[in-house]
Amino acid sequence: MATVSLTVNGQRVSAEVEGRTLLVQLLREHLRLTGTHVGCDTSQCGCCTVHLDGKGVKSCTVLAASCEGATVTTIEGLAPEGKLHPMQEAFREHHALQCGFCTPGMIMSAVDMVRRKGNDLDEHTVREQLEGNLCRCTGYHNIVKAIQAGAAAMKRKA
Amino acid sequence: MYDFDYHRPGSLDEAAAMIAGKDDVKLLAGGMSLIPALKLRLARYSDLVDLGAIDALKGIRREGNTLVIGAMTPHAEVAASAEVARAIPALAALAGGIGDPLVRNRGTIGGSIANADPAADYPAGVLGLGATIVTSRREIAADDFFLGLFETALKPGEIITAVRFPVPQAAAYCKHPQPASRFALAGVFVAKMAGGVRVAVTGAGPSVLRFEQAEAALAKKFDPSALEGITLAPDDLNSDIHASAEYRASCVVVMARRAVQRASEARAR
Repeated sequence: MATVSLTVNGQRVSAEVEGRTLLVQLLREHLRLTGTHVGCDTSQCGCCTVHLDGKGVKSCTVLAASCEGATVTTIEGLAPEGKLHPMQEAFREHHALQCGFCTPGMIMSAVDMVRRKGNDLDEHTVREQLEGNLCRCTGYHNIVKAIQAGAAAMKRKA
Repeated sequence: MYDFDYHRPGSLDEAAAMIAGKDDVKLLAGGMSLIPALKLRLARYSDLVDLGAIDALKGIRREGNTLVIGAMTPHAEVAASAEVARAIPALAALAGGIGDPLVRNRGTIGGSIANADPAADYPAGVLGLGATIVTSRREIAADDFFLGLFETALKPGEIITAVRFPVPQAAAYCKHPQPASRFALAGVFVAKMAGGVRVAVTGAGPSVLRFEQAEAALAKKFDPSALEGITLAPDDLNSDIHASAEYRASCVVVMARRAVQRASEARAR
């Protein structure tokens, strides 16, 4: 066991972890931040997407110990308490979910997409850039619309 | 995942000291292949040495006619680099097509080539461009580096620090990805260098390989038409649930033609 210290959603936290503890286990089981989901546990579905030092990663495939000194943002930390991030608002507005299991990962991945590709996203770009996130309900149609709208709204709010 | 002792050295010397003389220790780069393998208990190590805190292993720079990419540089950085786009746009495109965007934020060039997955993209670029792999001990030519299935010339205790790519006259990479995993069923990197043409194939055989017949034909005439009638023998290629060896052999030639076409167009611009 070793101690890992990092910043999660703006708060300094420390936890005792094994070498093999995954970042997603640290978030869900140690910090009780259960908004980050485990879908496939094989780094395919993207449900566990969080931002590690500002970049989207699959937290089921990152060791917690590798995050020493890092800054992590989860779905819980995307917007201030009681408020929705423009991307969350867009998902609500466009009904971009059915069961909601993939939604936290979709939103974290979508915000990372805006960082990489900018606020003006065409449908083709969104679909291509979303290949690391799987949704088994929606057929992606409303997710794509929500991401385009959310990306534009992030520019207006910025 | 079996447990292991985790180490996070801050320098290359420290990392080298940690792995020296130990045969049950593994280096961790981006972890995009190693962590899934550990989860499946396909591998077990007493110690993992994480190279993530060694800043000297990260970064991209141009040295004359050579592009140098640090071993711990993530794919996303190579894909988005203006330096790479100027020097070897085919390499930026290759890096931008690995896995998915979240994998590209984490996976590294050093990790990819040290792992030497037979269907990984980077080995095709490294072998196709005739790059040089720089380690903590020596420099290894790409032609001597990839030895077989998940097998490289790296010795125990040796750490990849960078890859040096000669800048080609023209190059392109084309792959036919397996739709679920996005690993290459067949991927072909074609490069027209000052000294000749190199064609490297990933995904089709037990390891990345050079397509020498295509190289000879393209050296005479760097045009897709030069590959008319050229075939790759399926004898040593992979057959699995995704594709037969014959399908892969045929696919390699198609990908090679497209890569030459793309390289010619890029050159004409």
